[in-house]
Amino acid sequence: MSVTGALARPAQWRRRWLWRKGMGLLLPALVRLATLASVAALVLLLVVVARDGLGRLSPDFLTEYPSRFASRAGFRSAFLGSLWVMGFTALFSVPVGIGAAIYLEEFASRNWFTRIIETNINNLAGVPSIVYGLLGLTIFVRAMALGPSILAGSLTLALLVLPIIIVAAREGLRSVPYSIREASLALGATRWQTVWHQVLPPAMPTILTGVILALSRAIGETAPLITIGALVFIAFDPRGPMDSFTVMPLQIFEWLSRPQARFHEVAAAGIIVLLLVLLAMNAVAIALRYWFERRRLW
Amino acid sequence: MMARPQPASAQRGALFRRGRGGLLRRARELPILASLLGCALVSILTTVGIVVVLVQETVGFFRAVSPWEFLTDTRWTPLFVEKHFGIAPLISATFLIAALALAVAVPLGLGAAIYLSEYASDRVRSLVKPVLELLAGIPTVVYGYFAISFIAPDVVQRLFGSDTVFNALSASLAMALLLVPMVSSLSDDAMRAVPGSLREAAYALGSSRWEVATKVVVPAALSGIVAACLLTFARAAGETVIAYLAAGGQPNLTWNPLEGMQTMAAYIAQVSIGDTPRGTLEYKTIFAVGLTLFLATLLFNVASQWLLARFREVYE
Repeated sequence: MSVTGALARPAQWRRRWLWRKGMGLLLPALVRLATLASVAALVLLLVVVARDGLGRLSPDFLTEYPSRFASRAGFRSAFLGSLWVMGFTALFSVPVGIGAAIYLEEFASRNWFTRIIETNINNLAGVPSIVYGLLGLTIFVRAMALGPSILAGSLTLALLVLPIIIVAAREGLRSVPYSIREASLALGATRWQTVWHQVLPPAMPTILTGVILALSRAIGETAPLITIGALVFIAFDPRGPMDSFTVMPLQIFEWLSRPQARFHEVAAAGIIVLLLVLLAMNAVAIALRYWFERRRLW
Repeated sequence: MMARPQPASAQRGALFRRGRGGLLRRARELPILASLLGCALVSILTTVGIVVVLVQETVGFFRAVSPWEFLTDTRWTPLFVEKHFGIAPLISATFLIAALALAVAVPLGLGAAIYLSEYASDRVRSLVKPVLELLAGIPTVVYGYFAISFIAPDVVQRLFGSDTVFNALSASLAMALLLVPMVSSLSDDAMRAVPGSLREAAYALGSSRWEVATKVVVPAALSGIVAACLLTFARAAGETVIAYLAAGGQPNLTWNPLEGMQTMAAYIAQVSIGDTPRGTLEYKTIFAVGLTLFLATLLFNVASQWLLARFREVYE
């Protein structure tokens, strides 16, 4: 190594040292900032909603029907509609989703057929929700002649959330140690007895969390219900699955598409109710999880 | 929604077939097995249904409109007297809004993911992660509301001097908020899958913390991160409510994000709200647009899965 080289090195080292120190300060600051900005955005969103909506929130808001006048518009039919749609969506999607997960995780052998089903579920999870709306419009609303009813809306949403439930249920089943199955089979239980009595119970917390996640996705969906033609003025309580309906996000959407600022305040009040319902659902998920964890067997 | 390829354990189903029980008992369980298979087939039926429905109506549409006009005309005015059926304005708007949303969401989401996986203490992590997941669980109509009542008037119009409340940039910014948790959670998973031994090796060679993060962890997780971005892009392209409420309702072939424009999904929503009679050409347009949207998002989803499968780093 030449003399000049040796003399030049300390300067290079210094530059290098400065660069490394500088980046060591800069990068953590940047990533902290990014995280902070994301959390701040959520806070800002909630503040704006509260600013516009809190003043409009009252017991009347929940008991009144929608109206042409912003001052009288209420959330009653949308709230009840959401409950109806949620119930039927769960009724259709939960058994089918868990059944599909049990089949794929416990019974299916590894072959091309199983791989097709798995790839297909992954792809379905990425299909835009409005495309499900087009499916629901053609099959449920028109071909099966259900009209834009609670039943048609629930079936559409059930198909939409099915991949979420299947993925969560499979995760839950997979977390059960394999030795439990072997022990059960060794004691003479059949495959179904093993699944039903040994595998399913400990997998339930994960499955239920997934179900609630899926239902909170369904309760917030707007686009597929617009497409099946559910965006109508509803000023009565739904009485059965064949009634036409509106749901909370759809009613909020309808208020937002009006130009008057007063209706945007009503929409903000609706958003507060919707977010509270979602928060309650998440709280139930956490509580269920906790309750099941305590009774864990291993 | 996070679709990830599920590597089902290879031996599980096979081992399970050895389950015992008398012949009679096993035969009695056949109906159960059949109904479980039926549940799994629902997903196949859904896909077949989507494809058949979209293709069927699209074929009807292309009987009246030449595919050449659909792909090359630069105007989309099926609801006007003078009808043009060029999908270009809808596609350009869809891609512009999604790309801008990603341009904001990816740096933020990736930054948050690096922070959560490499810097944050367990306590901070257990606080921040649920908050980000909460952000992901908020219905899109809420973001639509945020776009038109805050982002458009108070941010975009004030900072960029946009002439109209309804512009693509407001929609993109609102959409970005929706996408940040998706990017961060998927990237965080990918980075945490990088084994600790790789980090320890880098530290042992004298790396500092940021060097481990940017030169070891991020490159090792790159396929997962890019796959996350592709999935997120597909989600943004298919987003309806935000684009409908915030971006205005006019098809507009422009690259200026301060103008109003209409995405493919927003067009489908617009026609659905208008209650167009069945069988008309206008009715069929939503299926042609829907098929285009379906194929575009499918392309991104498949690319994302291919990337994960092809470049999966297997350690041990």
